[in-house]
Amino acid sequence: MTIPADQLIIFDNVSKFYGEILGVNRVNLQIAPGITSLVGPNGAGKSTLMNLMTGLLRPTRGTITLLGIPTDEPERLFRKVGYCTQFDSFPRGLTGREFINSFLLVHGYDRQRANELSQLALERVNLADAADRKVAGYSKGMRQRIRLAQSIAHEPAVLILDEPLNGLDPMVRAETIALFRKLAAEGLHLIISSHILHEVDMMSDSVVLLNNGYIVAEGDIHGVRDEMEEHPMQILIRCDQPAKLAAYVFAQDHVVEARLHNDKGGLFVKTRDADGFYLMLNRAVADGEVSVESIAPVDDDLSAVYGYLIGTTGGSA
Amino acid sequence: MSSAIEAVTHNTGQADSSWSLWLRQIAAIFRFELEKNFFGRRSLLIYLLALLPLLPLLLLALVQPPGNEWKDFNRYGEIYAIFYNGLILRTIVFFGCAWIFMNLFRGDIVDRSLHYYFLSAVRREVLVFGKYISGLVTSIILFTGTTVIAMLLLYVPRFYSQSLRYFVEGKGLTQILTYAGITILACVGYGAFFLVVGLFVRNPIIPALLLYGWEWLNFLLPPLLKKVSVIHYLNSLTPVPISEGPFAVVAEPTPAWIAIPSMLAVTLLVLIIAGYRIRHMEIRYGSD
Repeated sequence: MTIPADQLIIFDNVSKFYGEILGVNRVNLQIAPGITSLVGPNGAGKSTLMNLMTGLLRPTRGTITLLGIPTDEPERLFRKVGYCTQFDSFPRGLTGREFINSFLLVHGYDRQRANELSQLALERVNLADAADRKVAGYSKGMRQRIRLAQSIAHEPAVLILDEPLNGLDPMVRAETIALFRKLAAEGLHLIISSHILHEVDMMSDSVVLLNNGYIVAEGDIHGVRDEMEEHPMQILIRCDQPAKLAAYVFAQDHVVEARLHNDKGGLFVKTRDADGFYLMLNRAVADGEVSVESIAPVDDDLSAVYGYLIGTTGGSA
Repeated sequence: MSSAIEAVTHNTGQADSSWSLWLRQIAAIFRFELEKNFFGRRSLLIYLLALLPLLPLLLLALVQPPGNEWKDFNRYGEIYAIFYNGLILRTIVFFGCAWIFMNLFRGDIVDRSLHYYFLSAVRREVLVFGKYISGLVTSIILFTGTTVIAMLLLYVPRFYSQSLRYFVEGKGLTQILTYAGITILACVGYGAFFLVVGLFVRNPIIPALLLYGWEWLNFLLPPLLKKVSVIHYLNSLTPVPISEGPFAVVAEPTPAWIAIPSMLAVTLLVLIIAGYRIRHMEIRYGSD
């Protein structure tokens, strides 16, 4: 199904140079509703892409529209977009509530509505109790959450979050991921940058992998993995007759390697066609040829894809 | 469809007009900035500046200086004119405006908080206007206050009854209002200039000193160049003309009906430049 342009975030041949230094180059991208993660090492261009999306930076070439709105019209754009940047700084002397309230008033809300929206946002990030304390006295995790609250307070349709899980303890991190899922379920676009791959893997509907200012892959992570033919999929199968299964899989031309486990209780397979392999395995099980205890893809995740495409193992929590 | 009309339907359920939205946004920015101007950590300097001219006048009220001219009430108009022109207008108002208006944007860039404004659904021109108005009100309150109090401090302690008559029945009230008007006009003109400088230049001290030098050397400039300054128009409005010294190039003062609209027109032009600049501005704190 084709999604109309006014529901997409569209980068059309976008490049950004800082003088002679490349930020991002020739980015063509369409982002649909759901959670999309931008992944890449430091300096890959994740923040640049986010700053371009929100008009904090202007593209050297190309155009960007969010839900059909160009990024150089902030007065329209930020009715629909919220951006939680990585800048850990605040106007001085404000409490958490005043901070959110002030910018809701700048949006044009009347005082009563601003108060209601501030309270709602504070509750969503579990900061209602600390709302009347000065932001300067907040911990790093609280500052991260108050910025998140500020970015969602005006109930945007697109939420852009630059490393939103940084500085959060595991408990709050889990709560925040749950909040992201809830927002995505409500139909929001969520664009999240992160270097913590397993968390990205857990929450993303699609990923955009960046390296050195270029997009190296984009889409559903399993789809991206399937297209990497130079890296056959690795699968571990624990079963009762691994030798028999090995003979079976060798008959398939998409299987490039099959190795028995040392304990003779399983098989390690490398295949260029994972779907074909699973189909074949289902047939073998249905025919009673083998009894399978477990199946585990070894490298069908973001971490593996990241490793293959970018050459490092990415970050961890 | 106008973006602003499209924008705010969530307050009352009915679409606001652009002007109504902009006025509300200007009011919000104005209040927020005014609080920073008066109570922020950068406000101490402007309080000191505003109080500075009052200190010598307080001393003068307490200690009788030598010389007969201090005993002659009629000389005080000229004494105040020199004091106002040399210290209040050219130095206090000038550097006070430089500090207030340059920090409207530069201060937010240094604090890395300007992006919050840029991420709000507000036209950037509206942001410029809201900030400018807040700077203007701050500078006018402080420096018009200084102008008025300085004049009263000069006259009243030494010639109490004469001063009362002068300010209530004589031309003192007109003079005090004229000086206050000149201060307001100076805040309008210098404010717009320094607002723009703060948007274009990383270290605004240098252009501020250059303008300061240009304004001080104004008396030496040929008549045509004199008009490329703020001080020429302000001096043209002064109720008590003062001598600019033996080396001064004499030029006809510009009549008020030309001086005031000219300054307002130039201010408007400068604000339009500021609006254009802010519309195309990027947030790159690292390079600032």
